[in-house]
Amino acid sequence: MREKYEPVIGLEIHAQLKTESKIFCGCSTRFGDTPNGNTCPVCLGLPGALPVLNREVLRKATRAALALHLHINHESIFSRKNYFYPDLPKGYQISQYDRPFSEHGWVEIPTSERNATGQAIEWRMKRFGITRLHLEEDAGKSLHEGMAESATKSYVDLNRSGTPLAEIVSEPDFRSSWEAYDYVQFLRRTLLYVEVCDGNLEEGNFRCDANVSVRLKGAEKFGTRTELKNLNSFRFLQKAIEYEIDRQIEVLEAGGRITQETRLWNEREAKTVLMRSKEDAHDYRYFPEPDLPPLLISEAFIQAQREVMPELPEARRRRFVAEYGLSFDDAAQLTDSKGLADYFEAVVKASGNAKAAANWMLNELVRELNHSGKSINDSPVTAEALAAMIEMIDNQTISGKMGKDVLIEMYQSGKAAKEVVEALGGAQISDVEQIRAMVEQVVAGNAKQVEAYRGGKTTLFGFFVGQTLKASGGKANPQIVNQVLKEMLDS
Amino acid sequence: MELREQSIKAVRQQIAAKKISAVELCKAAFARIEKLADLNAFISLTREDALAQAQAIDQAAQSGAELPPLAGTILAVKDNMVMRGVKTTAGSKILYNYIPPYTATAVERLQAAGVIIVGKANCDEFAMGSSNENSAYGIVKNPWDTERVPGGSSGGSAVAVAAGMAMAALGSDTGGSIRQPAGFCGIVGLKPTYGRVSRYGLIAFGSSLDQIGPFANSVEDIAQLMNVMAGRDPLDSTSSEKATDDYVAALDGDVQGLRVGVPKECFGEGLDAEVREKIEASIKKFAELGAEIIEVSLPHSEYAVPVYYLIATAEASSNLARFDGVRYGFRAEEAYTLKDMYNRTRDEGFGAEVKRRIMLGTYALSAGYYDAYYGKAQQVRALIEGDFRNAFDRCDVIVTPVTPTPAFKLGEKTANPLEMYLSDIYTITLNLAGVPGLSMPCGLASNGMPIGIQLISRHFDEARLLKAAHNLEQATGLGFKPRAIEGL
Repeated sequence: MREKYEPVIGLEIHAQLKTESKIFCGCSTRFGDTPNGNTCPVCLGLPGALPVLNREVLRKATRAALALHLHINHESIFSRKNYFYPDLPKGYQISQYDRPFSEHGWVEIPTSERNATGQAIEWRMKRFGITRLHLEEDAGKSLHEGMAESATKSYVDLNRSGTPLAEIVSEPDFRSSWEAYDYVQFLRRTLLYVEVCDGNLEEGNFRCDANVSVRLKGAEKFGTRTELKNLNSFRFLQKAIEYEIDRQIEVLEAGGRITQETRLWNEREAKTVLMRSKEDAHDYRYFPEPDLPPLLISEAFIQAQREVMPELPEARRRRFVAEYGLSFDDAAQLTDSKGLADYFEAVVKASGNAKAAANWMLNELVRELNHSGKSINDSPVTAEALAAMIEMIDNQTISGKMGKDVLIEMYQSGKAAKEVVEALGGAQISDVEQIRAMVEQVVAGNAKQVEAYRGGKTTLFGFFVGQTLKASGGKANPQIVNQVLKEMLDS
Repeated sequence: MELREQSIKAVRQQIAAKKISAVELCKAAFARIEKLADLNAFISLTREDALAQAQAIDQAAQSGAELPPLAGTILAVKDNMVMRGVKTTAGSKILYNYIPPYTATAVERLQAAGVIIVGKANCDEFAMGSSNENSAYGIVKNPWDTERVPGGSSGGSAVAVAAGMAMAALGSDTGGSIRQPAGFCGIVGLKPTYGRVSRYGLIAFGSSLDQIGPFANSVEDIAQLMNVMAGRDPLDSTSSEKATDDYVAALDGDVQGLRVGVPKECFGEGLDAEVREKIEASIKKFAELGAEIIEVSLPHSEYAVPVYYLIATAEASSNLARFDGVRYGFRAEEAYTLKDMYNRTRDEGFGAEVKRRIMLGTYALSAGYYDAYYGKAQQVRALIEGDFRNAFDRCDVIVTPVTPTPAFKLGEKTANPLEMYLSDIYTITLNLAGVPGLSMPCGLASNGMPIGIQLISRHFDEARLLKAAHNLEQATGLGFKPRAIEGL
């Protein structure tokens, strides 16, 4: 059944731009402060107050637009979107409508369907169009529970009112829920990379709505779409789209018709439910905001931002593969955040060993970080410290096995590798002469075993290794012990 | 002490010379306000703050300190401008208990310059009206004839000055709300260029048209007030960065060679014969003073009223959305759902004219109608602005009537909104174009009511505008004082 149809999905993302103050006033954008503490006449929408654009918002929006290959309009205008809601203090939201900040962008990203266990089946590159990125202010929050008189009253917190948002609207280019999933992940990572958004879904500073329709394969015309809201995590987004595709196909197969409506994802029941039908849709009565002059962006301003743009994640992933010989997966993981990628390159630079840097980071360090809930930026083991440890392995001061213990100790104590190794009883003994002396003693003290070994009982080799290591207090380099023993016993 | 006799400059000098005290002046103002309470010019009084300010000025004078430029000026402020801690209603029930936490920039600048604010002047609700009959706090009466309207929407401000309750007042002008009441009450009123005076703290009606301006007894006093009020305000993105002029200094000099434009469209059908006569006499006066009189044309003026009532109401429908009963002001009792609370609050809180305009504006912006109404209106607005540009290629100042007739009777036009709207026919084009306009008395009608004349200049050319007005004022003579209350 499913094979007959092709899903068509478009995504709208609201990303909070990372600025100290709000978009049209000087109030703080800090999350979690005392309700209504970060407010003033402007963001409270008091009579007579007027908006003044925060220039920092433009710097952030420019970087976001550049990262998404959007064309930035030298002149755009703010418009009012009119609707009534208790957390919208002016009765309108200052947004952009027919002349947005930027338009006509795209991204080309790796995407893959997933198997039943969630594993990627086959990564391929696909290009998705981005219709526009425009600027707007956020509304406040209505609180319906948890307050003193919540039983009879709703509360409004306007701290979020006036927080700067970039609304990023995609073309209807996605053909599966996983494509949509990969895109929003990619978009979030990109915005984090260019340092314009914190991408924190829980604090609501990265929010996503999806428009979903299905059509018979080969059909030109789009089917009727529904809009999905309340997609509070990437997984919800993917599950909700998946559910909605199935629901729509089921309706069509039963001879029904899809109605244009807005639906909410209900995670508990794992389904989408009707929020409002088209008849109840708002007429937002957009018109140009008379309190703000047209927004002018000069080429010089754009150029200045272009110059401070970091390398973008996709380009960096490709470079990691080409330059360091990493696998697709390792490169993808290491470029997942700018912090991780920067750390990796710092380790490579200091140690000269890219493979080891990747392995130690992805196998050991990331696990420790996840375990203690830290990000790479707060890692107790600096890139230089990890590089120093890798060097100790490379020059055989310690064994790889020992390295694991050393790294954990470094992570927990914040000490340098050398210090940790000494505390663990000193460095590995790799001096051949020193080891030969120990081996000589072992051989001399176990004449019977030597005889048996030379008589063909070669399984005794391990016994000699063990005895030598024991004699060294565990510090002898096992490889060298092996080598010396072979020389002495087999000669 | 007769406030209508006092100029801003003279009051400051006399206080500095300790010939009069600011407290005395302030008390005289309140005595007059009490005596003429029936005119209903004020919604609230700020007696204590006023007296405290007056005392501070007197103390400064005693200590020999240099007094600020407007020291002792008794000022009324239209009740649609916010003042920290002072009830501000905009003439509406929906803000009956609203105490703002901040002060409008224009008011703040005047306060810093030493004015004494005696109270908040009555006005049409949210500045919507041409007669001051739309205030939730009662109608305001014209001191020249208490059976007649004072004009609107800044009726209370005009009356406060005309009846000697204040030396000057602040009004706001969206389509003529300063110039029309100034004309009806026989005083001087200026609507500055859009962007010349900060709108921060002015409760918005039509944001792209609103402008704060002064009322006073003379052009010179208007210039004194503008010297303080005008100029860029970082809190108003639409306020201009353009440098201001010294408007008082600009008054010096004659009008020799000034090109005075007379738009033929403003002297056609509907203009009262007496008004025409007085305006023509003023034009003659300009010619006698050495100005060159030139006929100009404002061909799109005939579309101004419909264009204005689409743009102003569209913006108003959005500006007034914030009065929803959620955060401040009036909230209807016994509403049990959100929608019900919104509907009842706005139904009971707004007056009929405000509701009419909200509906008109909402309709003009609705899906499917936007292009035909709001969009088209903006296109015609650009043509009207073009008319002024073309006219000012040929002249420096334009002269028109302020209104088609002198002040009409209370209740005369309330039943017919369209007729009421047409009383703004000569003033609204300026708001649509953004150019400044000044209204000043130019004579009396046979029924004893004052007749106003409107002078217009290019954007940000207030200096030339005030100079022309000052010259005309000197030639015509002052002394247009309301006879009806002379004896009071």
